[in-house]
Amino acid sequence: MELEARLDDIRRFAEENNVDVSAQLAEIEARAAELRRDLYANLPPKDILQLARNPKRPSTLDYIQLLCEEWVELHGDRLFGDDLALVGGLARLGDHPVVIMGHQKGRDTKDNIQRNFGMPQPEGYRKALRLMDHANHFQLPIIALIDTPGAHAGVDAEQRGQGEAIARNLQHMFSYEVPILCAVIGEGGSGGALAIGVGNRMLMFEYAVYSVISPDSCSVILWRDKKHIEQAANALKITARDLKQLGIVDEIIPEPPGGAHRDPQRAAANLKEALLRHLDELLTLDGPTRRTQRYEKFRAMARFQEI
Amino acid sequence: MDLIEWFKDRRKNGRLTKEQRQREIADGLWTKCVSCAALHYTKDFQLNWCVCPACGHHERVGAPERIPQLVDPDSWVSTDDHLLANDPLGFNDIKSYPERLAQAREKTGLSDAIVTGLATLEGRPIALGVMDFRFMGGSMGSVVGERITRLVERATAERRAAILVCASGGARMQEGVLSLVQMARTSAALQNHRSQRQLFVSVLTNPTTGGVTASFAMLGDIILAEPKATIGFAGRRVIEQTLRQKLPEGFQTSEFLLKHGFVDRIVERAQLRPTLARILRLHGVGQVQAYRPAPQASIAQDQQ
Ligand SMILES: [Zn+2]
Repeated sequence: MELEARLDDIRRFAEENNVDVSAQLAEIEARAAELRRDLYANLPPKDILQLARNPKRPSTLDYIQLLCEEWVELHGDRLFGDDLALVGGLARLGDHPVVIMGHQKGRDTKDNIQRNFGMPQPEGYRKALRLMDHANHFQLPIIALIDTPGAHAGVDAEQRGQGEAIARNLQHMFSYEVPILCAVIGEGGSGGALAIGVGNRMLMFEYAVYSVISPDSCSVILWRDKKHIEQAANALKITARDLKQLGIVDEIIPEPPGGAHRDPQRAAANLKEALLRHLDELLTLDGPTRRTQRYEKFRAMARFQEI
Repeated sequence: MDLIEWFKDRRKNGRLTKEQRQREIADGLWTKCVSCAALHYTKDFQLNWCVCPACGHHERVGAPERIPQLVDPDSWVSTDDHLLANDPLGFNDIKSYPERLAQAREKTGLSDAIVTGLATLEGRPIALGVMDFRFMGGSMGSVVGERITRLVERATAERRAAILVCASGGARMQEGVLSLVQMARTSAALQNHRSQRQLFVSVLTNPTTGGVTASFAMLGDIILAEPKATIGFAGRRVIEQTLRQKLPEGFQTSEFLLKHGFVDRIVERAQLRPTLARILRLHGVGQVQAYRPAPQASIAQDQQ
C-alpha cells in the first residue's frame, strides 16, 4: 500500500517536471504487483475475515449485474412480506435461464438499514424457498450466492419462526431435482448461510469466509472476552483453503490481487466461468441422479471414528 | 438400615437442621426444585418423572432416564454407540476439544450428546434418539449428526416412526463448519423419511436452541414440547444486545411457540408416552395394512 502511494508521488513528480520515468515506473509497478500477490497468497484468517467483510466488497446484486445477461427481480414470500436482505429472481447465465438468489448487504448506511446488513428475517428464507420451489417446478437451475453475517436475531424473527424457516429450506433443498450451485461470495455466517447453502456444488471465493459461529462470538463464549478473535478465527477453520481440505468446499474461485472489490469484473468473470462449467456438468445428469448426488455429497460430511 | 427404616427413623427424629438438609441434598437423597425450592425425596421425585409435584417444574432429564420413560420395557436396543468424536480441526481454546470430550464422557458416562436406538412404544416400532444436555450442552457435532442420520435412514428402511427428543444449545463449534453441516445432513435423512410417508415426531425439551432448532427440531410432522421449555433459534443474550432492551416475559418458551404456531401441543412429561402412543396409533405405525386403500377390483368382486 505504501508502494502505491510512492508510485503516485513519482507519477505526479514526473508529470510536473516533464521527465520520462516510464521504465522505472513499470519496474516499480511490477514489483508492487508481485508483493501484493505474495502478501495476499498467505493472508492469515483474521485478514481474510476483514476482506470478506469489507463494505466495498461486491454483494449479490453486483454479481447478478456482472454475471447475467437478463435479470428480473422477484419479490415477496407470499406469506408476510418482502425481505430486502435476501434478493432473487429470474436471470440468464450464459445460455441458461436460471433462478438466482442471495443475501444482499447494503451499499451505504441507508441501504444497509433497509437490507438489515444482509441478515434475513424468516420471510427472507421463505422468499428463497418460494423461488427455489418455482425453479424446481419449471426446471430452472438454482444459483445461490451466500453473503451474510447470519440470520437476523430478534424478537420478531423468533415470533415468525426463524428456526423453522431455515430448517424447512434445508429439508426442501434435498428434494429438488434441478441443479443447485452455491457460492460463498463474502461472509458465510452459520445457519443463515446454510439455509441457501445445500448444493450439488459449493464454490467459495478465495477471500470469503464460512463459519459455524462468528469468530467474535466464539471468542466471547470460549475465552470469555473479545480479545481472542484472532485465535478463534484460526481455530474455526473458516477460510476457503481450510474448507476445501475438510471436504466442505469443492472449488476455490480466485480473486483479483487485493480482493474482489479491487476488480469486481474480474472476480465476476472467474465466478461465471466456474458456474457455467459446473452447470454444464450437472445438466448432463438426470433429476433423480442430481438429487441423490446431493444427498451423498452431504452424507460424507462428517468426521468420526468407529471403534 | 434399609430405606424404609431410615425414613421412619428420620420422621421420629423430627425436622432436620439446615446443615443436615444441605448435606442430604448434596448426597442426592433429597432434590430441591430449582423453580419453587420445594424439597422432594429424590426417589419420589424420580418416580414423578423428575417433575416437581409442588409447582410442576420439569427438571432436565438425561438420556438414560428419559429412554425408560418412553419405550416398552426390555424393547430397547441401542445403535451406533461405537461412533466416537474426532478432533478434525485440532481445536484448542482454553482447553482442547479432546479434553472437553473426555470430561463430558467422565461426567455423563455417555459417549456423545445423543443416545439412539430401536425400540417399541406400546408395541409399535420406533427409532428413538434422545439428546443429553449434560454432554457439552447437547451440542451437535459429527457424531450426533451421524447417529441421527443413520437412525432415520434405518427408520425409513424398516418403516419405523422416528422420534427425536431434543435438548441442545446448538452446533458444536469445536468442529467448525463440519458441525454446521450436520443441520443439513439430518434434514436430508428426514426429507427421505418423509418422502416415504414415514412419520417423524420431534419432542422439544429444555432447552432446544440454535442449530438444532433450525433443523430437525422444527421438521417434525408433529412437534410436541414440554411445558416452559426454552425453545428458540438465537440466544437471548444475542437478541438483548441487538435490541438493547429486556425481552418480553415468556419469550422463547414452549407456550410462546404454541401461541405463534410453531408447536402442535405442549405435553406434560407424564403424558408424553401415552400421547406419542396415540399419535403412532392414529398413523397406523406398525400396521402396514392401515395405509393400503382397498383395491377397487376386490370391491367389485364382493358386489357380484
Ligand atoms: Zn417446584
